[in-house]
Amino acid sequence: MTATGIGAPVRRKEDQRFVTGTGRYVDDLNRPGQAYAYFLRSPHAHAAIRRIDKAAALASPGVLAVLTGEDLAADKIGNLICGWMIHSKDGTPMKAGPHPALAQGKVRYVGDHVAVVIAETLLQAKDAAEAIVVDYEVLPAVVDPAEAQKSQAQVHEVAPDNTVFRWHLGDKAAVDQAFARAKHITKLSLTNNRLVPNAMEPRAAIGEYDPGTDSFTLYTTSQNPHVARLVLSAFIGIAPEHKLRVIAPDVGGGFGSKIFIYAEETVCLWAARKIGRPVKWNAERTEAFLADAHGRDHVTEAEMAVDEDGRILGIRVSTIANLGAYLSTFASSVPTYLYAPLLSGPYDIPAIYCEVDGVYTNTAPVDAYRGAGRPEATFVVERLAEVTARQLGMDPAKFRKKNYIRNFPHQTPVIMTYDVGDYHASLEKALELADYKNFGKRKRESARRGKLRGIGFSSYIEACGIAPSQAVGSLGAGVGLWESAEVRVNPTGSIEVLTGSHSHGQGHETTFAQLVSDRLGVPIENITIVHGDTDKVQFGMGTYGSRSGAVGMSAIAKAIDKVIAKGKKVAAHVLEASEGDIEFKDGKFTVVGTDKSAAFGDIALQAYIAHKFSGQELEPGLKEGAFYDPTNFTFPAGVHICEVEIDPETGMTSIVNWTAVDDFGVVINPMIVEGQVHGGIAQGVGQALHERAVYDASGQLLTASYMDYQMPRAEDFPPFTVGMTVTPCPSNPLGVKGCGEAGAIAAPAAVINAITDALGHEDIAMPATPHAVWRAAQKSQMRMAAE
Amino acid sequence: MAAVSMTVNGRSVTADIDPRTLLVQFLREDLRLTGTHVGCDTSQCGACVVHLDGKAVKACTILALQCEGAHVTTIEGLANGTELHPMQAAFREHHGLQCGFCTPGMIMTAVDLVNRKGSDVDEHTIRHELEGNLCRCTGYHNIVKAIAAGARAMAQAPLRQAAE
Repeated sequence: MTATGIGAPVRRKEDQRFVTGTGRYVDDLNRPGQAYAYFLRSPHAHAAIRRIDKAAALASPGVLAVLTGEDLAADKIGNLICGWMIHSKDGTPMKAGPHPALAQGKVRYVGDHVAVVIAETLLQAKDAAEAIVVDYEVLPAVVDPAEAQKSQAQVHEVAPDNTVFRWHLGDKAAVDQAFARAKHITKLSLTNNRLVPNAMEPRAAIGEYDPGTDSFTLYTTSQNPHVARLVLSAFIGIAPEHKLRVIAPDVGGGFGSKIFIYAEETVCLWAARKIGRPVKWNAERTEAFLADAHGRDHVTEAEMAVDEDGRILGIRVSTIANLGAYLSTFASSVPTYLYAPLLSGPYDIPAIYCEVDGVYTNTAPVDAYRGAGRPEATFVVERLAEVTARQLGMDPAKFRKKNYIRNFPHQTPVIMTYDVGDYHASLEKALELADYKNFGKRKRESARRGKLRGIGFSSYIEACGIAPSQAVGSLGAGVGLWESAEVRVNPTGSIEVLTGSHSHGQGHETTFAQLVSDRLGVPIENITIVHGDTDKVQFGMGTYGSRSGAVGMSAIAKAIDKVIAKGKKVAAHVLEASEGDIEFKDGKFTVVGTDKSAAFGDIALQAYIAHKFSGQELEPGLKEGAFYDPTNFTFPAGVHICEVEIDPETGMTSIVNWTAVDDFGVVINPMIVEGQVHGGIAQGVGQALHERAVYDASGQLLTASYMDYQMPRAEDFPPFTVGMTVTPCPSNPLGVKGCGEAGAIAAPAAVINAITDALGHEDIAMPATPHAVWRAAQKSQMRMAAE
Repeated sequence: MAAVSMTVNGRSVTADIDPRTLLVQFLREDLRLTGTHVGCDTSQCGACVVHLDGKAVKACTILALQCEGAHVTTIEGLANGTELHPMQAAFREHHGLQCGFCTPGMIMTAVDLVNRKGSDVDEHTIRHELEGNLCRCTGYHNIVKAIAAGARAMAQAPLRQAAE
């Protein structure tokens, strides 16, 4: 391993600009002559719009335009789309209600887009928005997903019972048989709480139109600018693809919420042409709470059947998934194919059956948020595993070991073929790092201080590196999920790598450069990673689902192989040898068995000056591209152990130890990978202890600011202990699996398992706030006293 | 409109502004110092922290007019030319940032907390002091490490300067 190659903890190249305040996020950009957009949003969860009077707003100072859904329809701007088709059990397609960028006749959630004001300044736009008079006829609203299918309120005409789909996966009869011969059955009712993603950078957009070339530019906070361009062109119809440039510069975190194509960027582009000026919009935090796609929000009944030896025979799950008021870009895939296929966890389970009803409610759209479906699945499996072990009187670690998959590849009963893994190794290492054998001692010590100590496991698996295009196509995806790359070697030997992945915190400028440096022997400072601009990078599917390493870097590796192959042809001419005798190693082309060699940079120069070969025989230049389509999902797995101490007097839960042992396959940069683990854990702990988006019965979002929605803070965490085990992934040329979501997937179950262990009480919902924990502690103390 | 004058990163600036202008808007929009970020509307997230007469303030919570005659330091004014401030260097060295959006506010808060709590500030105090700064990427683990290391480096920096 070299100091900057694969496996080295290289300090990040991008940090210089971020620590000096010279990063460039969308809101840092300003275009000449730009005007400002402000959205008038619905104050009602559900209402018919009888009339919009915009006269007073139009007369306000500085106002350039006030636009509504009628204007959008008049200009034939298409609706926002959901790009993943789910079919119900009966074979009918999902019921997708219309999703206009500005409301047409009806608003369906608080924060829905009623009108946009474009003005010279933001303050003028806001002032004018207050002068718009909207005559609403308020309609009954439905908020609770468990009530949606019985509600009088009807969110969309196409779905009379508010049901988007009734989907299922697995063999119901086999599961029924397994349950019939079970020795023990564990039943749990679980709620996966609704979360707001809260990337620290709010979403933003600048739309610009150039009448000279009849082309548009969109600056946007996107995780996938090419996908945004495709949707805005092919479906919404803003402009043909070749007349629309989408730029996603520095983006301040995404966590899924910046995958989607939203109303605001659509409107900024459309309005820019209408008023003939660039139009800028930047979300306020409360707008982000109201209108960014939320995450999770499942209500689930789950059962696990085991035999007399504690072997799992089957799992049966029934879930209602809240999809909100409209289907967001990938909403339908999250509670279906990103959820149920993970219900086998790392366990050898012969029979699994899962039913999912996706429902509309008068709440913000719900879509992928860090982990997307996999945290929900892991929560189900790991709560079931923990509770089953306790009910059987088995050590929870032993119960897991007994049920782990040992042989690979392993076909689960729910689609997935796990390629490789060693779950025992991760568990053993985690037990050691967490000092599990002395937990009892620590528990007694806590008890002496009047505190309740508990320990909880989460042995997760996830499917990421999404994914083979044919596979996702067969499951309903509207796109392929390959990635593209181009490696441009300059005559001086420096390199630009163009990638379809997008970095919004992941550190691609460093890790991708490490790969190139490692393979080509070029110093890391001579390599630039170019991403986030559809005019520079030909195409790309973007960054989500922990796919940038497994898929994005594999595309780069493939392009590098082509560069080396071309370089060998050039070197053969330069070194006057036959191409088959040239080998490339340590940054040098060498004639095998001789001391004749040429450095990579020399060959690059020769490729461009083209003096040593005929241009008819060999094309000059050194630039290669590749599209890489993976052969399988990747399956990172690991064990997280959470240790808590609870003060029964106050209900305060302190996380006192956190141990994570993950198997991500080959690690490119351990410093960055550990950072991803830390961040994921924090989001998972946030879900378990603090975070919950709360709508009241009328559909008002009660948690619409950081005053009301509790974000995890530094003081909520101990230092994390992070370890790794490695089984190289056989499904891609680098052996990497992906690390971006693991923490968020593993953490919630570990926390709840630890709290319930401490309380001796199985029923605690997320978030386990001090009030909820205090109540549970009272209950179990009363029960213990009675016993 | 109202006139305002202050010193920002050692430079005197004067402008005519809407009296409703917040300090952070003045910095970002009038002075184009876009390193100071806005992450919320309720003074919770701390992405906008700058130093006002040597003390950390949230630039979203103070009007530009209230800063008349004051000395303001933003993230852009922290480094000594091309040499990073020890706290900036520590954030880089210890991977105390990912997306970078909260980073300017974190660093300005960190420098202020070391000024108040000393260079041997412990982990618990650092975590407590970060109550007003949110990060969604790092889980705070490496931010805390970076601040502890930056604090030690800040103590050594004057010694090194004296030796030179």
